[in-house]
Amino acid sequence: MSRRVVITGIGVRAPGGSGTKAFWDLLTAGRTATRRISFFDPAPFRSQVAGEVDFRPEDEGLTPREIRRMDRATQFAVACAREAVADSGLEFGGVDPYRIGVSLGSAVASATSLENEYLVMSDRGRQWRVDPGYLSPHMFDYLSPGVMPAEIAWVAGAEGPVTMVSDGCTSGLDAVGHAVQLIREGGADVMVAGAADTPISPIVLACFDAIKATTTRNDDPAHASRPFDASRDGFVLAEGAAVFVLEEYATARARGARIYAEITGYATRCNAYHMTGLKRDGREMAEAIRVALDEARIDPTRIDYVNAHGSGTKQNDRHETAAFKRSLGDHAHRVPISSIKSMVGHSLGAIGSLEIAACALAIRDNVVPPTANLHDPDAECDLDYVPLTAREQRVDTVLTVGSGFGGFQSAMVLRAPEGAAA
Amino acid sequence: MAQITVDDIRRILVACAGGMEGLGPDADITHLTFEELGYDSLALMESAAQIKQDFGVDVSDDEITEVTTPKELADLVNGLVTRAA
Amino acid sequence: MTARTVITGIGVTAPNGLGTETYWKSVLAGHSGIGRVTRFDVSGYPATLAGQIDDFDAAEHLPSRLLPQTDHSTRLGLTAAAWALTDAAVSPGDLADYDMGVVTSNALGGFDFTHREFAKLWGKGPEFVSVYESFAWFYAVNTGQISIRHGMRGPGVALVGEQAGGLDALGYARRGIRRGTPLMLAGGVDSALDPWGYVAQLSDGRVTAETDPARAYLPFDSLASGHVPGEGGAMLVLEDEERARARGAERVHAALTGYSSTFDPAPGSGRPPGLRRAAENALADAGLAPADIDAVFADGAGAPELDAAEADALRAVFGPDGVPVTAPKALTGRLYAGGGPLDVVTAALAIRDGVVPPTPAAGPVPDGYGIDVVRGEPRERRVRHALVLARGRWGFNSAVVVSAAGER
Repeated sequence: MSRRVVITGIGVRAPGGSGTKAFWDLLTAGRTATRRISFFDPAPFRSQVAGEVDFRPEDEGLTPREIRRMDRATQFAVACAREAVADSGLEFGGVDPYRIGVSLGSAVASATSLENEYLVMSDRGRQWRVDPGYLSPHMFDYLSPGVMPAEIAWVAGAEGPVTMVSDGCTSGLDAVGHAVQLIREGGADVMVAGAADTPISPIVLACFDAIKATTTRNDDPAHASRPFDASRDGFVLAEGAAVFVLEEYATARARGARIYAEITGYATRCNAYHMTGLKRDGREMAEAIRVALDEARIDPTRIDYVNAHGSGTKQNDRHETAAFKRSLGDHAHRVPISSIKSMVGHSLGAIGSLEIAACALAIRDNVVPPTANLHDPDAECDLDYVPLTAREQRVDTVLTVGSGFGGFQSAMVLRAPEGAAA
Repeated sequence: MAQITVDDIRRILVACAGGMEGLGPDADITHLTFEELGYDSLALMESAAQIKQDFGVDVSDDEITEVTTPKELADLVNGLVTRAA
Repeated sequence: MTARTVITGIGVTAPNGLGTETYWKSVLAGHSGIGRVTRFDVSGYPATLAGQIDDFDAAEHLPSRLLPQTDHSTRLGLTAAAWALTDAAVSPGDLADYDMGVVTSNALGGFDFTHREFAKLWGKGPEFVSVYESFAWFYAVNTGQISIRHGMRGPGVALVGEQAGGLDALGYARRGIRRGTPLMLAGGVDSALDPWGYVAQLSDGRVTAETDPARAYLPFDSLASGHVPGEGGAMLVLEDEERARARGAERVHAALTGYSSTFDPAPGSGRPPGLRRAAENALADAGLAPADIDAVFADGAGAPELDAAEADALRAVFGPDGVPVTAPKALTGRLYAGGGPLDVVTAALAIRDGVVPPTPAAGPVPDGYGIDVVRGEPRERRVRHALVLARGRWGFNSAVVVSAAGER
């Protein structure tokens, strides 16, 4: 009998409110949390909108030493990990430390801190040969972000496999997928897995400005993230984090754990096409979905809800729609599909984990979160994207997908814990 | 403002996105498509940014995706120069 | 019977040799790639040395179209990957696109490229930032570029685990193969030898201030004073043994028979570090006893307290002087994600040629270490199974067992 993997703890930091409850309240109300950038003056940039998190590390129980030591993304991850660990009710001290692991995703990790250090060391970009006299003792942590999973390992007392999965915008999905595989294949019994990204900084804005991937709806920031709408003009950059406690099913059940969902299928594929471009046919995402469904041993018709990548670029929305039709057949036209990026923006490597959190909560509450700002669907995106309003309906089985630079396409299947399913 | 030539376009494309595989420096690229030359949308966006820096002409996203050959791009830039003058 | 994973292709870009055989000759001859940094004026810096790859001209190895969009590290990675695939003689059509995956490790990202874009952003303005910065920097760039260049559409991922991440990439690939993907290209390269990247590397406090290249990076030596950062690494083609045979693979360099990773306990917990456990678990995974191991390719941090800790772990697993131990990475500098995969290559070559390469030495091995460090001349010895160890800052420990192709 193969080992099964369940989610027993969730921690979330997202735009629009702190903690899992605030996140889910926002999504089910269909409210948006995108706004004009306040962290610095965005005037020089093409896109001036973001999903910022009102995060005060001192309110998160982080000590002054921890606040000094940790980059913002790491602080997010640690806050979520502590929330998830507490939420799980698992006595971590009672588990063999070598059987606990960490898999943390992030696309750009400490980019914001790197940029701040660069400004100091280069005299605000005036020197090419930087001055080592201004070297911060934390610079190495920002250079090589292995410190992020390390901090989580220290939270959880993990001494088993610890790694960071960093494959761009699918990191949050792939980090959890990696953790699921490790538990299933016997490499660990408990994994603290998730993702964090805090990319709202000048260099990251400039990157996406250059390729015109982000929105220019600067006069209407609250309605700038418009996946599948004909008027969409790019994604809204955001920050956030979500971390889970994943456990082997039999031991979780034996200890009477509250189980949010079981993760039954996962796959990732490369499109081997272009670092930023997507083919119109959605072939590789469809293949990832097919393999994930196969692993979950279910037919596409069993899916009650699809959490879309739905970034709000024309290219993505059409690619993804094609992938759903290709992989789900007729069921693609019947199943509700929505993008939470319409409400919390696109937090790069973190969003995949935030979306898994949304899926787990959708299963718990039998609610499908909507796609906000969707008033006039793109004619080529002709599926049911759940415009504006959440739907109460039976949600037993969920598919979530991600797509990112580098050509990565990932898919995951979650289902209601046994006993809850019809 | 000086007029942009197809040779300027060639120089900018090579600098921004690499050389033209299988084509010598003297090959006539005037009417070959960017697709035939192997330049993708990123190559054209990077080139448009360089054209703005070198010639002060702002080629919009929509315009850069409409043109298909170096000659069309040169004509577009020169048209914008004339309009601005 | 669990499928066996074999190494059928190798690509090496190292400071002391471009290409597998050039590198291996350097290793056996004790030829070092460490020298004074030449990419920029390093005078006045607290350290001055690096393992630089001086003879790499990217334009010789890559289509010009890839140059404007790639960092130096990605150019090295693409080159090593192409060499590994050529070495494995994988022909188009041998395998379906979904049957080939890519997993690379990366610890530094496209740093030199990014430094240039930071300089443009802050020196000139946002509109001067390149369209390629959006992906030339991020840690997944090598996986993406390699998959695109070679049409590999199977599982693709990138892992970060500082100096241990490269071995984790091999472990991830092995699991992918067992799960059903017949071929995975796996490994890592890193490079950040621009002025900012170099200074950032110095900030870990473990880089030596020594200016004499011959005395700078001396693992397990009483004169050890820290390490020297380097650039490069290795890419490997890993395949399911049966599938490799079925496609008519010409050569099996070695087999990847064991893997494990652990993490050190939180500082101040009083619990022991995890390296020993990683080594033991990797041996158990390979179904081997310590006595089966003929050579250890050590992490070799080159800092007294870290070397002593590794010696403790080795003594605990193998007994005093229980196995020949070597750290040829002292000839390249520490290569971050590239270090582990390059050591696996070195182990495979040691198995092939029946010789354990030496560790550079200047003073004696400290008495208390109790380990048999191979120094001076290469030691001829039949090597059937080798253990490769890697540690990363903050507590990463990874271990891989490399076995002769014919050994079970």
